[in-house]
Amino acid sequence: MYRETEIIKEATPGSNGEAGVFTINVGPQHPATHGVLHLVITLSGETILKVEPHLGYIHRSIEKMCESLTYRQFIYVTSRMDYLSAHINNHACALCVEKGMQIEVPPRAQVIRVLMDELTRIASHELWWGAMAMDLGAFTPFFHAFRERESINDIMEETCGARLTMNYMVPGGVMQDIHPNFQNRVKEFLRLYKRKIHEYDELVTGNIIFQNRMKGIGLLTPEDAVSYGCSGPTARGSGVSSDIRKVLPYEIYDKLEFDEVLETGCDSFARYVVRIREMQQSIRIIEQLIDTIPEGDFQAKTKAVLKLPKGEFYTRVETARGELGVYIVSEGGTTPYRIKFRSPGFSNLSVLDHIARGSKIGDLVAMMGTLDLVIPDIDR
Amino acid sequence: MWSLSHIANEIHTWLSNTFNPTWTLVIEMVLAGVAVIGLFAALGLVLVLMERRVAAWIQIRLGPNRVGPLGLLQSLADTLKLIVKEGLTPDGADKVMFNVAPFIAMIVAMLLMAPIAFAKDFQLWDLNIGVLFVTAVSSIMVISILMAGWSSNNKYSLMGAMRSGAQIVSYELSAGLSIMTIVVLTGSLQVSDIIHSQGNGWWIFKGHLPVWIAFITFMIAVTAETNRAPFDLAEAESELTAGFHTEYSGMKFALFFLAEYINVFIVCAIGATLFLGGWMPLHFGSNNAFNDAMDYIPSSIWFFGKTFCLIFLIMWFRWTFPRLRIDQLLNLEWKYLLPISMINLLLTTAMAILGWHF
Repeated sequence: MYRETEIIKEATPGSNGEAGVFTINVGPQHPATHGVLHLVITLSGETILKVEPHLGYIHRSIEKMCESLTYRQFIYVTSRMDYLSAHINNHACALCVEKGMQIEVPPRAQVIRVLMDELTRIASHELWWGAMAMDLGAFTPFFHAFRERESINDIMEETCGARLTMNYMVPGGVMQDIHPNFQNRVKEFLRLYKRKIHEYDELVTGNIIFQNRMKGIGLLTPEDAVSYGCSGPTARGSGVSSDIRKVLPYEIYDKLEFDEVLETGCDSFARYVVRIREMQQSIRIIEQLIDTIPEGDFQAKTKAVLKLPKGEFYTRVETARGELGVYIVSEGGTTPYRIKFRSPGFSNLSVLDHIARGSKIGDLVAMMGTLDLVIPDIDR
Repeated sequence: MWSLSHIANEIHTWLSNTFNPTWTLVIEMVLAGVAVIGLFAALGLVLVLMERRVAAWIQIRLGPNRVGPLGLLQSLADTLKLIVKEGLTPDGADKVMFNVAPFIAMIVAMLLMAPIAFAKDFQLWDLNIGVLFVTAVSSIMVISILMAGWSSNNKYSLMGAMRSGAQIVSYELSAGLSIMTIVVLTGSLQVSDIIHSQGNGWWIFKGHLPVWIAFITFMIAVTAETNRAPFDLAEAESELTAGFHTEYSGMKFALFFLAEYINVFIVCAIGATLFLGGWMPLHFGSNNAFNDAMDYIPSSIWFFGKTFCLIFLIMWFRWTFPRLRIDQLLNLEWKYLLPISMINLLLTTAMAILGWHF
């Protein structure tokens, strides 16, 4: 038994020895938490009275580490935060440094960055979809999702040299030009993907058991979504418009045609549908750009040693999980004085207790699935 | 003739000529016991491998294909691993209950083998209440699960066991009622009578819609009774890690694992016997040429073929559907399956009285 439960005992409903009320520890090693998240759950039978997330099991003090790394180096560490959208993390940091240095990014680099971001978004949603279905007890979708995710990883490997922590975005552009094969591979992937995406609906979305498990579960009102600071598909499932790509467009997102996916169901199913539809929007963006990558430099000319002027800089991007903010305080040196990441997962996790109370323990797993938690992103 | 019943008779004749009747009986009982244990082990190995290959086939991957030719020895290697593993008993556990539970699970599965007719005239015990015996003994299974869950001193195990208790007790009702439809049509509880009544066509062809409804209800109910996905709430690895057998390791875990697969085999064998004619070949009315051709296929192949078709169906369920929630599971039984099978039983009774079946 986890010792800390003794400390929180006073605050826990049902801790006064009521019959049938007990606490269980889900995690840090548990198949449902997809990482080292630790939930202390107070239950009355199968019904959840309280969920208390305990964090810090994978805390690597990334923010502190970044303070001793130069503006070129610290970006590499951020790939390890939300490892499923490494490109987008790097992108946010590169944007922040570029904002401070006032570097103009060449158009080719901008297009490549957006393409990579959207491919990452699809890959991340793929993994989420597979893991989500697995949380609900269906194993097969996981393998189907990984089939498509694998081809994205291959594309990444060819151009970036890595499959998971790509470290491809650097201040001023991207690290190297795209592989000559890149456009063909992406088009091939899109062809494959469009043939397969209806399988997802056939296998999971339309399934009656799945819909019964998801509809009306984990209700998150728009007001709560705003007040808990939810972002990304979690907020958009409650009808809160929060897509940074639309609200505060960065790079070339304002010139692209795509829809912000909004669902008003406010339940787990709405959050699920948002992510499925977002994958299709990402495909739309990639299709617009893949044939028209402008010629030119892939990286702006920058000094070897970057020094941000004294001041505070903040940028935000839309990762697969929501809004990622990068806040750099600079004293004018070669390393940041203080750096702070606003990770989407942390705010999205905080809503778990609110939406889970009163539901069954089986639904808790489904809700955690729809919040799409990546624990290293929450702990950092 | 090399049919199983012929071999059994040869052995019986030889034993009767060699020993006195008492010794003959003792030796035959021992032989039957050894045969059941042998079948038990063989089925365990085959079904685990089958499950993994079916899963791999559904999940676009290869499955076990390294140990032995085509991976056929994989289950043997796994068994060896489980035998040499340490069987831990947790500190706070009720030692006796904890260690006895897996054996009860296995004994129940073994007892259920008795009334199953594996081939023509090849049956351990053709007792006159065969079907009732099956339903009665299979409900002891829940006791072993409750014992395992409760004695483990683990909240996950306890929750798994409680879920399983509610689930098995509920689903036994509709499983029993759908078995009753066939009993009503046949007019006998004896397994051999039920099979012989299907000599001119299996019940699923003769019994019109009510038998189809009973068959579907039966398949759903037994999937739930054997704790298989989408009704695997007792294990529910994404919620309860491994449910009632979380604390079990080594051979004790293997016994639960084995019992699960044997139970799947048994319920499918019962299903095949009741609805698909057991070892009875496919016969259509008085089409003699066709019927004679079908008779050339040995009866044991008919029985195992039908049973494995049903097992494949249950495996297909497992690798396709997500899991239900506990309240939805009980709703499905008490609000839908039970009323449906009750009305269906009335329909079948009317049908049997009026003789509306073929």
